[in-house]
Amino acid sequence: MVLPVRPANTNPVFRALADPTRRAIFEELTRRGEQTVHALTRYAGVSQPAVSKHLTVLKRAKLVRHRREGRETHYRARPDALAPIVDWLRHYGAFWRERFDRLESLLERME
Amino acid sequence: MMSNATESTLVVERVFPHPPEKLWRALTETPLIAQWLMKNDFEPVVGRKFQFRSEPVPNWNGVIDCEVLIVDRLKRLSYSWSSMGLDFVVLWTLTPGEGGTHLRMEQSGFRPDQQQAYKGANYGWQKFLGNLERVVAELV
Repeated sequence: MVLPVRPANTNPVFRALADPTRRAIFEELTRRGEQTVHALTRYAGVSQPAVSKHLTVLKRAKLVRHRREGRETHYRARPDALAPIVDWLRHYGAFWRERFDRLESLLERME
Repeated sequence: MMSNATESTLVVERVFPHPPEKLWRALTETPLIAQWLMKNDFEPVVGRKFQFRSEPVPNWNGVIDCEVLIVDRLKRLSYSWSSMGLDFVVLWTLTPGEGGTHLRMEQSGFRPDQQQAYKGANYGWQKFLGNLERVVAELV
């Protein structure tokens, strides 16, 4: 059968973006381009160690890449890493189309 | 039928050569729902919490937790749809027309009370995906 969801928690991209602060950080990076950890800390409204921790998770999911420049670390988004989410939306599309087919045959059988 | 999987709201629609009354039954009567969608303990009562259940598979217990949000007989039906930490809202709209009933299913990713939220704990998936539409569009 077609699953209504694919096992999202096994995918590092979903896991990384399951956290609202990380989603906000990632979105900020897609919107404004490269940012330093300091700038992201101001934006996110949580402590710098917390931001760094979030960035590590995003980095592991390949959602961001970083480069060091002097004492600052700069982060940028890698939107191509969102591909699993795009796949997942497509998957849901297939799920509902299949269910519509079933509904159609049920309606034909009903009084 | 159309669907657009790249946008933040997933829409699937079709015209069925049947009256709205019949579609409404298929959408709201537990044994009928089970025949085309999933086993369930649905009741058409706003606030009713229910579950869809399908066969568990590795990494997924097969359970979708729902709550009835809108029951507008023969016109609209909506419930929340939560699974694997992802929250969606499913909205069914029935429109009678020539040749039958137009059925539209819209699956969007946030509860109505989360629409205002931007950051923080209520920062919903769909808001996120909605804002990323332009990013995602470049991938396709």
